[in-house]
Amino acid sequence: MRVLSLDVNGDRTEVAAPAHWTLLEVLRYRLGLTGSKQGCDKGDCGACTVLMDEKPVLSCITLAGMCGGRRITTIEGLMPAHLAAGGSGPDPVQAAFDRCGALQCGFCQPGMMLSARALLNEKPHPTRAEIKAALSGNLCRCTGYTQIVQAVELVIAEAAGAEPPAPAWAPGYNPWKSPRSSAPSASPRSDRDHANEAEG
Amino acid sequence: MSARDVHGNQPPWPEGFRVVGRAQPKIDGLAKATGAALYTDDLVLAGMLHAKILRSPHAHARIRGIDARAALALPGVHAVITGKDMPIKYGVIPWTPDENALALDKVRFIGDEVAAVAALDEDTANAALKLIRVDYEPLRAFLEPEDALATPEPQIHEQTPEQKAKEHKGNVSKHVRLEFGDVEAGLAGADVVVSDHYEFHGTTHTPIEPHCALAQYSADGVLTVWSSTQITHYVQKALARVLELPEARVRVIQPFLGGAFGGKSDPFALEFAVAKLAMLTGRPVKCLWTREEVFYAHRGRHPMKMRYTSGARRDGKLTAVDAKILIDGGSYSSFGLVTTYYAGQLLTGPYHFPAYRFDSTRVFTNKPPCGPKRGHGSVQPRFAFEVQLDQLAEELGMDPLELRRRNFQGENVQTVNGQRVTSNGFLACLDAVERASAWKTRHAKLPRGRGLGVAGSMYISGTNYPVYPNPMPQAGVQLKLDRSGLVTVFTGGNDIGQGSNSIARAIVAEELGLEPADVRVVAADTDLCPVDLGAYSSRVTFMVGNALIDACRKLRTKLVTAVAEHWHVHAARVAFGLGAAHDREDAARRLSMREVFQLAEARFDTLGETGAYNTPELGGDYRGGTIGASPAYSFTAHVVEAEVDEETGRITVLNCWIAHDCGRALNPMLVAGQIEGSAYMGIAEALMEDHAVNRFGLHAGPSLLDYRIPTAVDTPELHALIVESLDPEGPYGAKEAGEGPLHPSIPAISNAVFDAVGIRLRHLPFTPAKVLAALREQRDRARGGEVARTARVASEREPC
Repeated sequence: MRVLSLDVNGDRTEVAAPAHWTLLEVLRYRLGLTGSKQGCDKGDCGACTVLMDEKPVLSCITLAGMCGGRRITTIEGLMPAHLAAGGSGPDPVQAAFDRCGALQCGFCQPGMMLSARALLNEKPHPTRAEIKAALSGNLCRCTGYTQIVQAVELVIAEAAGAEPPAPAWAPGYNPWKSPRSSAPSASPRSDRDHANEAEG
Repeated sequence: MSARDVHGNQPPWPEGFRVVGRAQPKIDGLAKATGAALYTDDLVLAGMLHAKILRSPHAHARIRGIDARAALALPGVHAVITGKDMPIKYGVIPWTPDENALALDKVRFIGDEVAAVAALDEDTANAALKLIRVDYEPLRAFLEPEDALATPEPQIHEQTPEQKAKEHKGNVSKHVRLEFGDVEAGLAGADVVVSDHYEFHGTTHTPIEPHCALAQYSADGVLTVWSSTQITHYVQKALARVLELPEARVRVIQPFLGGAFGGKSDPFALEFAVAKLAMLTGRPVKCLWTREEVFYAHRGRHPMKMRYTSGARRDGKLTAVDAKILIDGGSYSSFGLVTTYYAGQLLTGPYHFPAYRFDSTRVFTNKPPCGPKRGHGSVQPRFAFEVQLDQLAEELGMDPLELRRRNFQGENVQTVNGQRVTSNGFLACLDAVERASAWKTRHAKLPRGRGLGVAGSMYISGTNYPVYPNPMPQAGVQLKLDRSGLVTVFTGGNDIGQGSNSIARAIVAEELGLEPADVRVVAADTDLCPVDLGAYSSRVTFMVGNALIDACRKLRTKLVTAVAEHWHVHAARVAFGLGAAHDREDAARRLSMREVFQLAEARFDTLGETGAYNTPELGGDYRGGTIGASPAYSFTAHVVEAEVDEETGRITVLNCWIAHDCGRALNPMLVAGQIEGSAYMGIAEALMEDHAVNRFGLHAGPSLLDYRIPTAVDTPELHALIVESLDPEGPYGAKEAGEGPLHPSIPAISNAVFDAVGIRLRHLPFTPAKVLAALREQRDRARGGEVARTARVASEREPC
């Protein structure tokens, strides 16, 4: 056992853990921060991604003993940080993933959202190719990545006060034009066959 | 009302849809986005032990004995179990119970489960596994289905001498041969006949969440298992059978689930192991599989070797289709009985077949067991047939998209194998992808190296064939109305990420006139929820949706009556919508739904209701005729734009247009997510994935580095187009969206490659080596060399 001094989501904590434990094990099994997921335990899938001093790292292949003095951010830390900075609700990345349907099973998404957060912190206006490259260390098996990329583009568009690009499946209206509210904001689909207007 | 009522495809209130049809965020989106959602491995119980499973290093061997004494003596180890502790066989299909929770006398693939240990932590459990001595007698292993078929002994699943004398099947798992109409006459009368051989390799689901289970056994004899399963009800039944407990003493709960795609449909060794270990130790026990173990668990896409022969008239109309299919089942039956039928039964749309025959044989081999993967049983034949349709178009000199249009079966028809097809938006799907891809101006006109390919498909929206035949509803739901204005839905349906709980919320909000936020869903807990058969066969939206409408319509009568009496008006004047009741003839008169619930509770006592759905009587009048029968079918068309690098053999998919007829899109954003995810998975199977074993039967690469699934960079631009045919029996006209759109991705790539460089890829996966070999053959043939034909014969094995 070893006593580690860690800074996780702004909290300084001391944790006793076996010397060979990874950061992921300490986060999940000592601190109860189960938002970081274990998909492969080999650094292949990216579900365990956390931020270390603002940079995405794979916590399943990072020894916890090497994290002293570093600032660790997990998915649980995003919303509190956003609130503390004067924002409301979840981090815009989290809100956009929700609004765009990017969360299917949700298992890969904590890591995915942290990679996206790190990208946008470093580069607020990335191209689509840069977004895909930045997220290419995070495997998703549900979405085909389309709605994930759309979510990141929604964050970028809204930060710039611009309208996000509308998806192919929404002919004649943009479902992401206005922020989430309890009342539906998008215009309803009519009952006729939309194939007629489905120009890709 | 009854479970077989049809509710129609129109809005429940004349005012029109308020919730359905709009892009709504998911009920659990923010819980998932903030890390608050708890998956099985996130659950921790006080005093919990950790389990690990010992696996076979042999592909086929008899177990002579197991000595676990040293493992049990290791400090920190609490229990060790083997097959003898749970000798009762089970199988998800009741007719083929050929699995043991842990191997009893034989192991049948490398990775088969042999023993399990419960210890204080995973490290101790792993150390204990190394101390277990298993005495194996290796047997001849069969790695190819032709070999297993040709050699009936040794049998992978041994029959008793009586069974052998009566029905010696060797290593055949299931054989189905069905013929509809006169195939020989159809082929003889055709102007063009194409006959060819096609091969589909093995692929696996690869959910990002590995399988996990946690069990607790209470002092009063109730077993609770939390499991990453997509079918809670069947796990409950299997646990009760194997552990010899009454079903009423077994509770199964599915927490948040990190992807399944069919790969979490069977009951698995870890669920039985944690349950038994919890019962033996009196402590909670958890088991989390490693990624490597997930690859061994498999239950993925069956490799198939297929011979298709199709005839067509000069005008492109099909005259007959004949199929012979050899299916590599791997080591256990799993859903294989259904797979063997689906391989033939699900091909008879969207095109009209005047005559059809299929002969499919599933064979056991000593490899990880195959099972249901997204598009169960029908993705492989669909690949073969859609490539063959393009070959027919080539022979006839016809546009392949036009050939498909001419063979469209129509709406409200009966297929040649006796299936009822009602709504059918396939033509609209073809139109949509034709337009979106600019097919008319680009197909067969792009420069060499780039091409467009089309393909179509059909899939079921739920199945008439429940896994265990019974007259009870396939889907049941319960609603609880609270005087706070909240409605809680209880459904046995499994939300595995596809969003079925979000759909449940939308339907109840629509029916009862609520804000979606005032509907919460409790799902997939066998103690709390009425039985639903779970997330498979693309059944949940269709069946649970209809059950919810059934429950809501009964409740609505009470709510409307209470309001009408309160206002002293006729019930026809009362309307609900988005959280309020209003008087259609007096705009000033309004009540919040909270007030409505309280009036109704005062008038009728505590408010709750059940609802149910069962399929109508469907299917052909022959043995197996209900397998493939569905209350509705979805239809899809794809156009793929691909580029072929003739130097490296690499295929790049640039664009994929997918038009899917899902009936009414209850939430178009979720439908689009299903369409995109399906197409992505199909493209991945065609170009990147290969679930293979080496010559010893050892998995070729059980990791996410070796089994290559696409990243964001590898995935092409996916354009989801929604076609709404409004089904007469689906909830508001909805059909499935989660499996159908995978099918055409794969043949559309092969067809696009033909358009690009003129080679026919008929054997999956489409590796650069195969592309280069086909290009070489093309060049040789252009030179007219005899060499080419010899090379081609040598490169193809022809088992059929």
